[in-house]
Amino acid sequence: MATREVNIHDRRDPATGEFRVIAPGESFLSVTEKVSRIVLTPHTPLGWFGFFAVAGAGATMLMVALTWLFLKGVGIWAITQPVAWGFAIINFVWWIGIGHAGTLISAILLLFKQGWRNSISRFAEAMTIFAVICAAMFPVIHVGRPWLGYWLLPLPLTMDYWPQFRSPLMWDTFAVSTYATISVVFWYIGMIPDLGTLRDRAQSKFAQYIYGILSVGWRGSVRHWVSYETASLLLAGLATPLVLSVHTVISFDFAVAVLPGWHTTIFPPYFVAGAIYSGFAMVLTLAIPLRKFYHLEALVTERHIDNMGKIMLVTGFIVAYGYGMEAFMAWYSADHWEAFTFWNRAFGPMGWSYWLLLTLNLFIPLTTLWVRKLRTNILYMFILSIIVNTGMWFERFVIIVTSLTRDFLPSAWGTYRATKWDYMTLFGSLALFTFLFLLFVRFLPMMPMNEIRMLLPASKVRAKAGPEVTK
Amino acid sequence: MPPREGTYGLLAEFKTPGDLVRAARQAHQDGWRRLDCYTPYPIEEAAEAIDVPRNKVPLVTLIGGLLGGAAMFALETWISVIAFPIDVAGRPTYSWPAFLVPAYEWTILWAGLSAAFGMLALNGLPALYHPLFNAPSFRSGATTDKFFLCLEALDPKFDLAESRAYLEGLQPLSVEEVEY
Repeated sequence: MATREVNIHDRRDPATGEFRVIAPGESFLSVTEKVSRIVLTPHTPLGWFGFFAVAGAGATMLMVALTWLFLKGVGIWAITQPVAWGFAIINFVWWIGIGHAGTLISAILLLFKQGWRNSISRFAEAMTIFAVICAAMFPVIHVGRPWLGYWLLPLPLTMDYWPQFRSPLMWDTFAVSTYATISVVFWYIGMIPDLGTLRDRAQSKFAQYIYGILSVGWRGSVRHWVSYETASLLLAGLATPLVLSVHTVISFDFAVAVLPGWHTTIFPPYFVAGAIYSGFAMVLTLAIPLRKFYHLEALVTERHIDNMGKIMLVTGFIVAYGYGMEAFMAWYSADHWEAFTFWNRAFGPMGWSYWLLLTLNLFIPLTTLWVRKLRTNILYMFILSIIVNTGMWFERFVIIVTSLTRDFLPSAWGTYRATKWDYMTLFGSLALFTFLFLLFVRFLPMMPMNEIRMLLPASKVRAKAGPEVTK
Repeated sequence: MPPREGTYGLLAEFKTPGDLVRAARQAHQDGWRRLDCYTPYPIEEAAEAIDVPRNKVPLVTLIGGLLGGAAMFALETWISVIAFPIDVAGRPTYSWPAFLVPAYEWTILWAGLSAAFGMLALNGLPALYHPLFNAPSFRSGATTDKFFLCLEALDPKFDLAESRAYLEGLQPLSVEEVEY
């Protein structure tokens, strides 16, 4: 590719004095063209069809697994006493965690005025929504009778039954449904100006109608932009405490229980940091092939990959602190069962999963992410992102399975071995996620064109332009 | 929308955001009030130049959030104390600390929905038709790379010939008459 990349040695832009995150030489038109042609082209790339076919086949496998589940019940999974949570809840926590990076990028980095987030925010938000869809599926199918899932909602039912609001599982219902709704709204509101661009650039009548309706008649009036910017900031300000609360509430599902290994106060911050850690890994897993495949190296640059690597380094250390604190409390609490749970995690029959988790989550990333050469090595970061995602999945596996297999009474101990239906559901959910993401990439603008325009040197209003510049 | 006749306004295109801001500031100083700028990305300086009033989105968001939180807390209290009291090991039915979590989530939910849809409503959107979409130059670039200033016919100062001459004086790339 002839596309010029921004590498980390291109320091500041001479025109604006800001750190360069978009390759030099891009204009409003070229940026718009690069992003909108992916959607508006009548020629879908063959590679897209290839991935779509594979993801579609995987999603079909999920449908098969779910149909069999609904016919036979949750007995087809490996869950039983004492491990009643199993893969379903592992996957739920893992997927929700992945979603968190999207909100972090779109909300928290917006509040911190991190301009580089602009290029990656849209598809990271899409990642959030599809991850939440995959996540929300699991508790519903795990209840065994999913057609009664609406019992979780405070509806005036004929049998005079109401939900129990003192249970963290009810808090979950509201945290996750709020998170899904606000993520969709934030995503859509952010997309309205870009949908207007697609409406104006579309050649086919059909596309003009569809994008015209979706863009609600956006015309870029400055009066509109003012309230739009206010609303975006407010949504970011609201999404920030929301995203921190969602994984906190999910960690309450564990921490409120009396089970050794779950009953600990480190869980909320440790879950949130782990969520962001795995989420950034997933953003990298998606961004690296996307920029290659669609030739977007000028917009998602080496600096983006480098910055995401740094965030992973920070959150990875918070996660490491969480692991360390768990080990410390096992000793410091002087609680027999706590100490045993920790010993069992590391050296029990499922000890392999604990050491695998430490290797994938701590030993490999936290030793290598210090090195800038590796952080900007695209292939290495892609492999690392998959390593971290796998590691974070095993973290949830360790928390759920090893704690549950051996609790207080040895007579109640058990073991856990996932069935093929468990694996089909896990990999099926990955395929469903990819399926939805591919549809998004094909039909919606995957990068916020209006926000990328703001990063270009030409977007700045020069001081010499006016009689007096009010600032 | 009732069909309207005649001219909506005069639309001038500018080459750079700086030119647009300079022209908009000039027009506002010269007493124009029914005017608007159209840009492909938010330009704060343009909003300052035409003196866009403070918007009500924060107020709408605050009201939405407070109502959402209060509604959820009231619902939880009513369910747990009156409609369906459950005695869990003698704990009080009015367990307000536990109720805070869903109430907190609903505060955010309704504040966020109010911010998003309130913003659209305050902007008069959705509005799928707008006279400006009749202007070919507007359709071809207002959302990509062109910067527009529109003087609207509703302004008392508006006169087709005079206003056109006035806009030409602000050194635009082009001036175009927009029909309803």
